[in-house]
Amino acid sequence: MNRHLISAADLTRDDALLVLDTAEEMAQVADRTVKKLPTLRGRTVVNLFYEDSTRTRISFEAAAKRLSADVINFSAKGSSVSKGESLKDTALTLEAMGADGVVIRHGASGAPHRLARWVQGSVVNAGDGTHEHPTQALLDAFTMRRRLGDLDGRRVTIVGDVLHSRVARSNVLLLATLGAEVTLVAPPTLFPVAVGSWPCEISYDLDAVLPKSDVVMMLRVQQERMNAAYFPTVREYSRRYGLDAPRMARLPEHAIVMHPGPMNRGVEIAAEVADSVRSTIVEQVANGVSARMAVLYLLLGGSEPAIGKEVPA
Amino acid sequence: MNAAFREPGSGRAADGPGAKAVLEGPDIRRALTRIAHEILERTKGGDAVVLLGIQTRGVTLAERLAGALEEVEGRAFPWGSLDVTMYRDDLRLKPARALGRTEPPPEGVDDRVVVLVDDVLFSGRTVRAALDALNDLGRPRAVQLAVLVDRGHRDLPIRADYVGKNLPTSMRETVRVLLAENDGRDAVLLGPVAGTAEEDE
Repeated sequence: MNRHLISAADLTRDDALLVLDTAEEMAQVADRTVKKLPTLRGRTVVNLFYEDSTRTRISFEAAAKRLSADVINFSAKGSSVSKGESLKDTALTLEAMGADGVVIRHGASGAPHRLARWVQGSVVNAGDGTHEHPTQALLDAFTMRRRLGDLDGRRVTIVGDVLHSRVARSNVLLLATLGAEVTLVAPPTLFPVAVGSWPCEISYDLDAVLPKSDVVMMLRVQQERMNAAYFPTVREYSRRYGLDAPRMARLPEHAIVMHPGPMNRGVEIAAEVADSVRSTIVEQVANGVSARMAVLYLLLGGSEPAIGKEVPA
Repeated sequence: MNAAFREPGSGRAADGPGAKAVLEGPDIRRALTRIAHEILERTKGGDAVVLLGIQTRGVTLAERLAGALEEVEGRAFPWGSLDVTMYRDDLRLKPARALGRTEPPPEGVDDRVVVLVDDVLFSGRTVRAALDALNDLGRPRAVQLAVLVDRGHRDLPIRADYVGKNLPTSMRETVRVLLAENDGRDAVLLGPVAGTAEEDE
């Protein structure tokens, strides 16, 4: 049975550290004249994107190509999905093409888990609904480790739209595995109901948490997923939960500011913060390629995956 | 788990009873000193020489060799490490392995005489992978190969330029190099195979 990366919780501590160490070696390839490794030659990776994405899709594509895999990009727009083809039929088509790895982004939480039962190859979740986005969590952890060293005991504050955020959930799970202490900060309306069972603290007061944070991760306010009003006005949200220069000044000297992108400048993060030296936003993009190379290598590089979890049929 | 991946089939049996030391610490030191002199002779003073050790024990040997060269010539020689895991031809035969560090010296390898350094030369497959890996790092003027032990049984048309010791072996034996930095002591052990054939060199 094959192994997949569907949730950040699929990774044990050893797995997660192996991915981060491997990503560190992969990052060196970006500095070379020949930015390519022959490792996945002859393997096929399908990027199956049912939702819009710029950086994640490009990042996975770059990662697979740097490892010499053949990449097939599939986006729901302009495919038979718009003619009504189901996920299962699409999966069977991919199966017939012999995909060794399938990277899937889907609007429905749990779609990658479903897909994993239908295909032989390894499935990598590139974001499913409001559920998880494990490679984002890995690249975030990789970025933190590069800037701050070992994550054990580090305090990470994740701020904003936790309710709609797959990034927050994956980060909480992975960071807990790696021994970091996570605090989620949001208005009460933007916490999911079950947040009490997550391995983290929660708070409604950003200013109180900032002075003891090593990392502040700002989440995008996902207005496209907000049919109801979760806060009175954007301005009020921004005033209480946005990161501006005076708030940034409350952070410890060494603290870094992260954002998974795409940013709403002026809403959850002020432009001057996003462009400051503490901001790792551009680094995160570069690190994303390294982290995804590590995941693809560890899943597809050998006779069987070295990380991830099986999905029972 | 990771250490085991990094040294596939490095012949644990050679540690067990029945293993005999064919080289001891002083022998290894003398062999490296001799190789250092040979390198200087063949490269006419070693002006453009860069030592690249193949992970894991080759790196230790490259560092020692750089030290031996410095002792003779009185100047520092650049050395670095090369991990060939992602270039191996047996990658698909085992689960994906942890990677070692590839760190060429800051001078780079372009236009240099690169001396690859490894502990044991066996099938030649690691060296082939190293040549491919080197190709992606740059374009050396020449590539040479230094090994502590050549145990024969090549699968590929590869030979070493500098050999610490030629060790005739049967396929049913394992050769294991121990180095103080990695293993706590210096020795080359020859032992009987414990069931599976050794696949690494």
